[in-house]
Order: sequence, then structure tokens, then C-alpha cells
Amino acid sequence: MKKQLFALLFALVPLCSFAAGGEGVHLRSMSPDLENQASLQNGMKLYVNYCMGCHSLEYQRFSRAAEDLGMPQDLVEDNLIFSPELGYNDQMHKAMSAEDAEVWFGKAPPDLTLEARLRGTDWIYSYLLSFYRDSERATGVNNVVFPAVGMPNVLEPLQGVQEKVCAASDHAVGDAELDPLTGKYQSCETLQVTSPGSMEPKEFEQAVYDLTNFLAYVGEPSKLHAQALGPKVLIFILLFGIIAYFLKREYWRDIH
Amino acid sequence: MADNGVNKGRRRFLVGATSVVGAVGAVGVAVPFVASWQPSARARAAGAPVQADISKLEPGQRMTVEWRGRPVWVINRTPEMIERTEALTDEVLADPDSAKPMQPDYAGGSLRSIRPEIGVLVGICTHLGCSPLFKPEPNAEGVGVDDWPGGFFCPCHGSRFDLAGRVFRNVPAPVNLEVPPYYFVNESVIVVGEDGEGA
Amino acid sequence: MANPNKAKAERGFMRWVDDRFPATQMWQEHLSEYYAPKNFNFWYFFGSLALLVLVNQILTGVWLTMSFNPSAEGAFASVEYIMRDVEYGWLIRYMHSTGASAFFLVVYLHMFRGLLYGSYKAPRELVWIFGMAIYLALMAEAFMGYLLPWGQMSYWGAQVIISLFSAIPSIGPDLAQWVRGDYLISGITLNRFFALHVVALPIVILALVVLHIIALHEVGSNNPDGIDIKAKKDETGKPLDGIPFHPYYTVKDIVGVAVFLFVFCAVIFYFPEGGGYFLEKPNFEPANPLKTPDHIAPVWYFTPFYAILRAITFSLFGLDAKFLGVIFMGAAIAVLFVLPWLDRSPVRSMRYKGWISKVMLVLFAISFVILGVLGVLPPTGARTLLAQICTVIYFAFFVLMPIYTRLEKTKPVPERVTG
Repeated sequence: MKKQLFALLFALVPLCSFAAGGEGVHLRSMSPDLENQASLQNGMKLYVNYCMGCHSLEYQRFSRAAEDLGMPQDLVEDNLIFSPELGYNDQMHKAMSAEDAEVWFGKAPPDLTLEARLRGTDWIYSYLLSFYRDSERATGVNNVVFPAVGMPNVLEPLQGVQEKVCAASDHAVGDAELDPLTGKYQSCETLQVTSPGSMEPKEFEQAVYDLTNFLAYVGEPSKLHAQALGPKVLIFILLFGIIAYFLKREYWRDIH
Repeated sequence: MADNGVNKGRRRFLVGATSVVGAVGAVGVAVPFVASWQPSARARAAGAPVQADISKLEPGQRMTVEWRGRPVWVINRTPEMIERTEALTDEVLADPDSAKPMQPDYAGGSLRSIRPEIGVLVGICTHLGCSPLFKPEPNAEGVGVDDWPGGFFCPCHGSRFDLAGRVFRNVPAPVNLEVPPYYFVNESVIVVGEDGEGA
Repeated sequence: MANPNKAKAERGFMRWVDDRFPATQMWQEHLSEYYAPKNFNFWYFFGSLALLVLVNQILTGVWLTMSFNPSAEGAFASVEYIMRDVEYGWLIRYMHSTGASAFFLVVYLHMFRGLLYGSYKAPRELVWIFGMAIYLALMAEAFMGYLLPWGQMSYWGAQVIISLFSAIPSIGPDLAQWVRGDYLISGITLNRFFALHVVALPIVILALVVLHIIALHEVGSNNPDGIDIKAKKDETGKPLDGIPFHPYYTVKDIVGVAVFLFVFCAVIFYFPEGGGYFLEKPNFEPANPLKTPDHIAPVWYFTPFYAILRAITFSLFGLDAKFLGVIFMGAAIAVLFVLPWLDRSPVRSMRYKGWISKVMLVLFAISFVILGVLGVLPPTGARTLLAQICTVIYFAFFVLMPIYTRLEKTKPVPERVTG
């Protein structure tokens, strides 16, 4: 009987992991930093150069990003807006038409405005770091986080060629258990860069962090406003509450 | 519940303080609701300054560009048109020197423009909002007066303006046509809706 | 039928008004001379807070309507338009979405107060029934509002709930189609839900709130001791244990409002998604009738009933499990309406009821929370069993109430309120 009760209690435990969206793969965690304008600007630069050919940010205006990330208008117009059809106040639409995309990839690449809120920043960060060579795929690559992904590894010129090898890794991989002596995970599922790209691995991780950080900003630009306004409102309510409490205490002296 | 022992002063002070802070809070709550009626980013994007290429605008011709949903006329005035316009005086015009603030500072005087030949006007009658007709030729028909120097005639209520958008006397429209903010990017490109640098 | 004894101002502008409209009289009846028991505790804040949240929902809702586009093509984009392009649109929208969760939170606590102190017992049966009607209308309001953003969870949540109608034998499928107005949930469904959400149901809820308060003020407020304060009056006819609602409870409620607003605003500014429970992640993807999200869960305030629905995995009396689940879910809400007649205890408050009532209430509250948690999780064998146990406890609390409230030994109720 006791055992059954325990089983029932354990039935409730996964609540937390569900809320976090556990899918069985180990996600590398990253925490967005919306105060870091340099990172966000670099992320936007990477986005327009590597992603926006296929993925729109349908609800994000260039002008809003420029304001929020502290970039002057002419700089944005000269360096970040490539399509002659797009203006400074326009939303960040992709260059490719939806029909072309269907033909090339079998399915239109999704809009990414809300991707960070839909899948979470950890997922995006891990996904972009988890491409590896797979000759069986038409694109030549596969992804640990998103198996049989349709997207090619567009960041390969930066990252270099990554492959699955038998090696030790700092990050959790597959079923590999942590070796308490080395503090690493030994697995034949470990991803390693075998032919370098234009960036060092650390440098590339930083670039992917910036890109993910930018998508976190794009998912909810109002967060910057909320963080600016929040403390003022809360302090005001606290002040009001204190005065109201003294008022209540004053009147309730009458009672008893 | 006896009234004795009540510190009336403190009670009054606390009621006042709570009311004042509460009222400030109510105003604070109203701010986002009031502000949300401002033009949204979409409306502002649609109302952003517009560029127009005027290199193909022949002398004596007019073109219309849309800015904030209103027609803005750009006219290329010939020397004869300029001459006829400048000859008009306060005998026939209500505000010949553009004293009333219907134009940016850099577009004052009799021609109300940066370059004398290029006139830029919001094509909305200052009477009740119709769009006047372009009647550039002298003594044109259907404007209701003789010795017409060329200009704009509003078909709704018969208001008349000259080629600089100045309103004639004895018509319903009270003031001159509006000149929007504008500047020249170069010889052939004009931006309507924004003051140029240093303006 | 003017009442000659009506309270009127002596002179001045208020006298002029009072001769034409009973302003002073209403002020006295409902505030300055409405005598409430002096021993209200923590549990008595949630009525006025529910009113505050209702005002918040109406105000922010009206403002959202100004920029929302109720069409299948435009709804999702217009929500993002509000979030990004409209000045302070994000704040107004988060006030509304967080307000929905806050509404249910305070209403559940308000209802629990009723269970705790027997506020539903005679002569307050109608207060309780109007309150339950508000709760029912609120659930409909929340359900229809949740479709409007037209995200994946909006779409598939509505799909599941509307499919419940199809469980009804013979007329079910036609009824579900009639509710949708289409063969699937479409822009047509969105349009009618929009009309009901912004016009019809708010009017119903407002009217019910007025009835709830009128009925309450007719019989007077209950209190944690569950005793009748009108039984003991002083020489002027004022209840000895009563104090005027204004100023004593207005100033007290203002403190409650400040505390509530602090928490409410902290959520709005820092956790508007409520950890994925107030705004669910799949709802950041536009509705797609061809692809169901991996896991559908209703918003947290519906999950206890959803868990009851799923707990019924067996047929009974020739009714299949699907229909039986709908019946049990409906019964779980319907049984609350008849609560005043199930409680046969001679006392109102849990303070003076016997130990069986106390144990049953604790078990009921725990099983309600567990059902709520289970409703969020995907079902497994063990979880379904747990949900079935909790469902049995949920119904046992009500069904056995006429027996245990009559049998158990109650404590003597004091003459005057305590503490």
C-alpha cells in the first residue's frame, strides 16, 4: 500500500520538467542578457546576414530594433537593410518568396519572431551548436536537437565542419554518465569540429549566444520597457500600501 | 466605537495622504490607456516621410504624392507663373506675406517655397477639407472670376488659391493652403514630411 | 412608491439629488450603515479583490478590442501588433491575460471561504447560487477569450472542449457543429466567440455581480464564527458585533488591494507567462488545423475538471467512457449549486463542526489541488489511478455531506463573535 502511495506521489514529480519542456535531449543552457547591447547588435548583424534570407521576423521592425539596441538610423539603413524593397520602418521580411522556399526545402521556413518564446532560448542555442555531418541527409548535415532537420548548417563557414566522434565532452551527451574524476562525459556521440571554420569554437559559441540573445529580444521587445517600468510601479504600490496600512490601523483603534 | 480618544488630526492627515497617493496612482494607471491612443508604430510607419523623384516634372506641371493619407502637390512653376504669382497684392489676397503659420519658417514669403520654381502644398482646402482643382492657365473657365492668374479652385464651396497656395479674398477658406515640412536630398529628389537638416 | 423615511441630505446639492435619486440612501445602505461583522479575517479580502479584477478585465478588455482583429487571418498578427506597435499595448494585454488567472485565483479562494465558514447556508442560499452562476459565466468567458489570440493552444484547446458536446448521445455531433458554425473551428467560430466574450458574457457577469451583492446585503455578511450578528443589537438597533462597512472595511480592503496589486504587478512586469501556465508556450505559434501540439493542457484554472474528465476511463450503465467523463465533469460543477441543501449541520462555521467535516474539507481541498496538477500532466497509468481516487474524494465530500453533517457532534456556538 505504501509503495503504491509513493508511486502516486512520483507520478506528480515530472510537473517541473514538463514546464521546462524536457524532450529527452540535453540542452545547453543560456540566459539572455537584454542589457548587453553589443551582444544584441552582433546578434542582429548575424541574423540579417545568415538567417534573414529564409526566415522573416514578421512582427519586428528595423526601426524598433535600432531604437532598442541603440543603433543610429543611417547605420542600420547602410549595413543591415539589404533589400531595396524594405524601408527603415518596415518589418524584417525575408528575401525569399514563400513559393521558392516550398520548392527548395519542401516546407516554408518558419517565421522566427516568436521562436524564443515558443521553444525557449536554450533550445535555439543548443540547436545552432548541434549540427553535425551526416552523409545520408540531402543537406549533408543532421542535428542532435532536431533530428532529420531540413535546414542546412548555414553557420558552417564560421563554425567549421562538426562531426560525431568518440571523445570526452564538457557537456552532457546522450546516455553518457559523468566521469567523476575528469568531470567530463565520455561518449561516441560527442560533437567535435574536425575542420576549422573562420571562428575558434569559443568564439563561435559567443556568436551563437549573441544570435540567440537577439532572438530572445525579438520575442518580447516589451521586456525592456517592463524592466524599466517595473521597479517604479512596485515601489509606488509599496508606498501606497504602507500609508494605507497606517490609515487602517488608525481607524481600527475604534474597534475591540 | 466611542469617539473619545480619536486623534482627528492624524486621521485627517492619513485620509489625505492615502487619497493623494491613490489619486497619483489612478493618474498613473490612466497613462498607458491614454498613451495607447497615440498613433501606433504601424501608423507612424505609414505616416513616415515620403521621397519623390521630381526630375521628370516638366515646368508648368504638377505631381501628387501621398503623405499621411493626404495628397501633397509638387508643382514646377514656370517663370511666367512665378511672375503672375508675385504680382498679386493684398488687394486680392487675404494673407499675401504668409503671416499666419501655415508653413515652415523656411517656406515663407510670396512663393512659400525653398526653391522658387518648386512649390509643395498639402492639397486639402483649408475650408472644409475638399481637394481643390489645379487650374494653372490664366483666365481658366469654371473658376467663377475674370482675370484669373492661375491657381487652385475648390469645387465644393468655391474657395480660390494662387499658385503659391495663398488664399484669395472673399472666399470661404480662411487661411492659405498648408505647406508640409520638406527638403531636397539633391537636385531631383525631394522628401516630404520631414524638415531638412539645419532647418 | 417613495419611502417617507428615506435618508436624505439636509440641504445643498446632495439634497437636490436625493429628491430625485436615492444617492444618500444607497450610500448608507451599502456602505456607511451596512453593518458587517467585526471579525472578518484574511479570507474576507477576496470578494472585493474579485470586483477589482473584474474592473481591470473590463477596462483592459475594452482597450484590447480597439486594436484586435477578430478574424482567422488577422487575429494572431493583431495580438503581436498590440504587443509591439501599440503604445503600452504590451502592458494592457499582460494586465488582461494575467488578470484572467488572477480572477480565478481570487474566486477559488473566495469560494473556499464559503465552504470554510458555511457562507452558503440559510439564509444565504441565493448569494451562493448567484456566486456559482458568476463562476460558471466566468468559465465560459475565459474559455471563449482563450480562443481569440488564435494560437495553437487556443485552437486545440477549443477543439477539445467543443468536442465534449459531441459526446452527448444522438444530438452531440450536430450540437458541436452548431457551436462551431463550421465543420472545423474556423474564423466563424472565432467571430461568435469574440462577440460573446466582449459583449454578451460581460453583461451577464455584471448583472450577476449586482444580484450577488444585493442578495448579500439583504441578508448581511456571514463571519468566521458563522453566527447571526443581527440577533444581538444595542438600544439604537445596531448589531453589537457589527461595524459599518465604510470606513472600517473600506480602509482594510485598501490594504488588501495594495498587497494584491504588488503581487499582480510583479507578475505582469517580470513573469507575464506565469512559467508557461498563464500564457502557454504553444500559443506563440499561429493556429494550424493540421498539426496538434505534442501535449495539450487547458489553462490551469480548468485543469481540476479536465482531470476528472480524463479519470473516467470505464463504461457504466451502458454509457461509454467519453460521455460518462462529460457527465462527471458537469456534475462536479453542478453539485456545487445544491451545496446549501447538502449541508445538514446545525452550525455554519467549520470552527464548530465535528472532526468528520474538517477531515472531509481538507481531503476535498487536497484532491482538488492534485486534480489540478494532474490536469496539466500527460496521463499515465498511475496518474489516472490517482485522478480516479481524487475524483471519488471530490464527490464523496458532497454526496456524503447530508450524512456526516447530521451524524457528527458539533461544538456549541458562542453568543458573540470571537477574535
